[in-house]
Amino acid sequence: MTLSYLTPAFLIERDNKRCIQCKVCVQQCANEVHRFDEEEGEVLADELNCVNCQRCVVMCPTRALSVRKSPNEFRQNANWTADAIKSIYIQAETGGVLLTGMGNDRPYPIYWDHMLLNASQVTNPSIDPLREPMELKTFLGRKPDSLVIENGKLKEKIPPQLELDIPIMFSAMSFGSISLNAIKSLARAARQEGTFYNTGEGGLHKDLYEYGANTIVQVASGRFGVHPEYLQAGAAIEIKIGQGAKPGIGGHLPGEKVGREVSETRMIPEGTDAISPAPHHDIYSIEDLSQLIYSLKEATNYEKPVSVKIAAVHNVAAIASGIARAGADIIAIDGYRGGTGAAPLRIRDNVGIPIEFALAAVDSRLRQEGIRNQVSLVVAGSIRNSADVVKAIALGADAVYIATGALIALGCHMCQKCFTGKCNWGIATQDPQLVKRLNPEIGAQRAANLLRAWKHEIKEMLGGMGINAIESLRGNRLMLRGIGLTEKELQILGISAVGE
Amino acid sequence: MKRVYAREEFCVGCRLCQVHCVTAHSPYKNDIVKAFKKSNPRPLPRVIVEENRPLSFALQCRHCEEANCTKACITGAMQKDPVTGVVTNDETRCVGCWTCILVCPHGAIVQDERGKKVAAKCDLCSGLKEMPACVQHCPNGALLYQEDESQVRA
Amino acid sequence: MLREGVVRIPSGCAISGMMNKKGKCFSGEDIIKSIAIMHDRSNGLGGGFAGYGIYPDFKDDYAFHFFFDDDTVKETVETLLNKQFTIIFDEPVPTRKTKAIKDAPIIWRYFVQPKSKMVIQSGIPEEEYVVKFVMKVNSEIEGAYIFSSGKNMGAFKGVGYPEDIGDFFRLDEYKGYIWTAHGRFPTNTPGWWGGAHPFTLLDISVVHNGEISSYGTNRRFLEMYGYKCTLQTDTEVMAYIFDYLMRRQGLSLDVVVAAMASPLWMEINRMDPEKRELVKAIRAVYGSLLVNGPFSILVGTNQGMIALNDRIKLRPSVAATKGDFLYVASEESAIREICPKPDKVWAPRGGEPVIGLLENAQVNYNFAAGENERIAINS
Repeated sequence: MTLSYLTPAFLIERDNKRCIQCKVCVQQCANEVHRFDEEEGEVLADELNCVNCQRCVVMCPTRALSVRKSPNEFRQNANWTADAIKSIYIQAETGGVLLTGMGNDRPYPIYWDHMLLNASQVTNPSIDPLREPMELKTFLGRKPDSLVIENGKLKEKIPPQLELDIPIMFSAMSFGSISLNAIKSLARAARQEGTFYNTGEGGLHKDLYEYGANTIVQVASGRFGVHPEYLQAGAAIEIKIGQGAKPGIGGHLPGEKVGREVSETRMIPEGTDAISPAPHHDIYSIEDLSQLIYSLKEATNYEKPVSVKIAAVHNVAAIASGIARAGADIIAIDGYRGGTGAAPLRIRDNVGIPIEFALAAVDSRLRQEGIRNQVSLVVAGSIRNSADVVKAIALGADAVYIATGALIALGCHMCQKCFTGKCNWGIATQDPQLVKRLNPEIGAQRAANLLRAWKHEIKEMLGGMGINAIESLRGNRLMLRGIGLTEKELQILGISAVGE
Repeated sequence: MKRVYAREEFCVGCRLCQVHCVTAHSPYKNDIVKAFKKSNPRPLPRVIVEENRPLSFALQCRHCEEANCTKACITGAMQKDPVTGVVTNDETRCVGCWTCILVCPHGAIVQDERGKKVAAKCDLCSGLKEMPACVQHCPNGALLYQEDESQVRA
Repeated sequence: MLREGVVRIPSGCAISGMMNKKGKCFSGEDIIKSIAIMHDRSNGLGGGFAGYGIYPDFKDDYAFHFFFDDDTVKETVETLLNKQFTIIFDEPVPTRKTKAIKDAPIIWRYFVQPKSKMVIQSGIPEEEYVVKFVMKVNSEIEGAYIFSSGKNMGAFKGVGYPEDIGDFFRLDEYKGYIWTAHGRFPTNTPGWWGGAHPFTLLDISVVHNGEISSYGTNRRFLEMYGYKCTLQTDTEVMAYIFDYLMRRQGLSLDVVVAAMASPLWMEINRMDPEKRELVKAIRAVYGSLLVNGPFSILVGTNQGMIALNDRIKLRPSVAATKGDFLYVASEESAIREICPKPDKVWAPRGGEPVIGLLENAQVNYNFAAGENERIAINS
C-alpha cells in the first residue's frame, strides 16, 4: 500500500496575531500534530493525526488555537456519508475491525430529554433544600421480606448493604484502560462524597487498598487481579457479564499497555495482551451465574453484597429477573450509550437498547413478580446530568453509575481515541509522560465537585416535587411525563404524556 | 520564608511557567501577547524547566539562607533582603561578570545578554501581590509556594 | 368527568377524631359538631365518618357497607357474597331525608361470616380472604363499592358537607367509643360517593388531610403485594400501608410510625447504636413506604386511634385530653367546640404520633410510651 486515502478530519486554526511561539502546543500534543520549524522560526501543524482532543486549545496561553471540522468535503451524499466512506478507506488499508472509544455517538433519540419532571403548586408545598433537610441516603442490597424485631431491637441483621450519601457511583473502569491517577481521583472523590467507585476488570493496585471501603471490586471473564485480598478489600463485588458499549463482546488490553504496574495488578506477565473472553467460561447459564454469586458470597462470608452487571439487551427484563432469583443483591444495567475504552465501532453503534427502556422494563417486571425489593437496580449508560439521575430514579432505579461524566470532569474532551493509549489528558493512557498530566489531587477535587453540584441540583428538584427523601422518588413514575413519545413508548416507560 | 517547590510527579513539561514568568517580568504584566511581541528586549524566563522525559520539573532560585551569590557578587548588586529573605539582583549595579552563576549551586541564574549584560534570576515576582506567576499559572499543581517542603509529596 | 380511580384528584381537608380510652360508647353527635365548626376547610364535595363499637349485636361479624349504582349490580354482588360468605343479617343503611344530600346511591350493609371451608381451601388467613374479596369487588365489579369491611365498626360517607352527611346517616343514633370525621376539599369535582373519606380496610379506617408526593412510590410498592389502588387517593394508600405493616408484617406501632414518618438521618445519627441500627434497617427495608409531602392523618382501629403528621409538619393537627377522652383535629376550635376546657392541649411535632389505645387493648404494639408522649423511637 503506498498512498493512503485518509485525509485530516480536523483543521487547526492558529491566530498568528496571538501566537507567541511558546511551543506549549508542541510539548502537549502526544499525536505530534504541532511542531516547531527551526528554519521558519514558527510553530506549524500537520492535522492528519489530530483527534480534536482540545489539549492544545485549552493549554495555549494566548488562546491562539481553535480546532474545527475539516472544510474538506466529499461530494454530498445522504447515504454514503463521509463517515461511511472513510470507514471503508480505513478497512481497505488495514483489513481490520474498526475500533473506537467512549459511548455510542449516533443520533438516536435521547429518551431522558423526552421526559419532564413535576413540581408542586398550591395543593402541596415545595420544600426548600436550603432551609429543610433533604435526604439522599440510599442503600443498595437485598432487602429482607420482613424485619424481625424483638423488644425494640433488630433480632436478625439485614443482608449487607452499600450505604450511599448520594445515589451516584463511579462506574467500572479498569487500571489499564485508564491511568492510576484517574482511578485515584475517582477513589478519593468517592470517599469524600460518601459513595463508591468500581475497579473494572483491572484488579486493585496496591495504592488503592486504602480506599477499600469505597471500592466495588469487579470479577469479570478474564478474572484478572482476582485473589482473596482483592475480594476482601472491597465493599461489594460485581460480576461483570456485559457492558453497554459492547454487549456480547469481551475485552482486550494490548500488551503495550501492560507495563510493570498493570502486570502486577492484573497478575499477568508484562507486555502480554490481557484478553477478557466474551462470556465467562464458567457461566453458560443462569444456574452457573448463581453458583458464582454464591461462591463469591461464600468466599467473603456473606458480608458483602454481590452485584451483577449486564448490558441492556432486548430481553433484559427476563434476564434481570433471573439474576435476581440467582441471588444477586444488586443488578447493574448498562445502556447502549455506555462508554468504553475500546470497542468495535459497529458493535458500539448497533447493539443494545436505551437504558431508559431497559430500566423501565426491568423495574416493572421485578414488581410484577413481587421481587423488586430483593434486589437493587443501578443504571448506567450515559447519565449526563443531575436531571438524568432524577429521571432514572423516578423510573425505578436505586442509584446510577456515571463514568463518561466523571472522566469529562477529569478533563476528557470526548475525542473517542481512548484505545490509542495516547490520551493527552492523562486519563486513558499508561504513558508516564501523559499519566502525570492528571494530578489526582486536582482530579479528586473536580470529580467531588461534580458530585456535590449534582447533589445540590437533585435536592432542588426533589424539593420542587415536595419530596424530602430520595426513597420517595424511587419508582415514582407519576413525577414523570413524556413529551414527543409514541403511545407504545409511553406504555413501556409506564408514564403519562404531558398534559395528562 | 515562603519558597517555590516543584513536584516533579505532576510537572507536565508544558513550560507555561516560563511563559508567565516572561510576562510577569515584562512591562505588559496582563497581556501575554504584548509581553512577547512588544517587550524589547523580551525578558528571559527566570524559571528553568529541566526535562528528561518523562521526568521534568521547573527550577528557580532557592533564595538560600546562606546565599553564595550575594557573597560572591563583586558590585553588591546581588542582595538578600534581610526582612523577606528574597535574593534579588539590582540590574543597574550588575556588571555581568557571571561570578554569581559560577557559585550558584542550583544553576538557577541565567545570562541575559540581549541588552546590557546582566544576571537574570527569580525574584519571587516581588512586584506581584499574590503568588509568583509560575505557581499561579501552573496547570497541574506542580509548583507550590509555601513555607516548608510539607505537602510537596503527593 | 372522570371519577376517582380513573384519575388522581388532590384535595385539602379537615379531620377530627375522638375516643374514650375506657371503651365507653357515646353518640355520634359530638363528632358532627366538631367537624361542622371547620366547615370552611371543606367545599361540600365529600364528608364522612368512622365509628367503632357501633355494632355490638354483630360484633364478631364483618360489617360490609356497600354503595350500589342499581339493583342489578346488587344482585350480582349478593350472588358472589353468598358464595364466599354466610350473610348473618342485611338491611339498607338507615338514612334520613335531608335537603342537602342528593343523588345518594343504594346504600346497604351486610353482616357476614366467611365460609370456613372456603377459607381453608384458599390457604390464606381469614382476614386476607376478606381483603381479597373486598379488592375483587372494588376493582372488578362496575357499580358496586365496599366502603367499610371491619368488625363492630363502620364508615359512613358521601358527597356533601360532613355535617349534612352525619345527619343523613343518622349518626346521632349510633354509639361508639371512637369516632373520626372528615370534610373534603377536592380540587375538582367527580361527585362520587366512594371517593369520600374515610377510607377503610377491615377495621382500619383512615381520614387524611394532605397531598402526598410519595404516592407513586407507595402505590407501586403496595401493588407488589396484591393491593389494588382502585381510588388513586392518598387515603387509600395510607390505609394499605397501615394494613401491610401492621397486619401483614406484624410490626409494632412504633416501627410502623418510623417507616411512614421516619426520623431524619441527622436524628438517627444521634441515636444509640442499637436503636440506630433498627431505624436504619427500617428505612432501608421500608423506604418505599415512607410517606412524603404534607399529610395529617387519623387512623382508627378496633384497638384505638393514631394521629400522625408528616415529618416536617406541613399540615396542621392539634391534640387534647380530658379525663378518659382523647381528641385530635385539624384545628383547636374543633376540639374546644365539644370540649371547652380540655386538661391538656398540644400541637404534635412533625413525625410525632399521637397514640390513643384502649385500656384493654390486646395488641402487638410493643411500645412503652403512653398516648400523650412522644413515641420512643422518634425521640
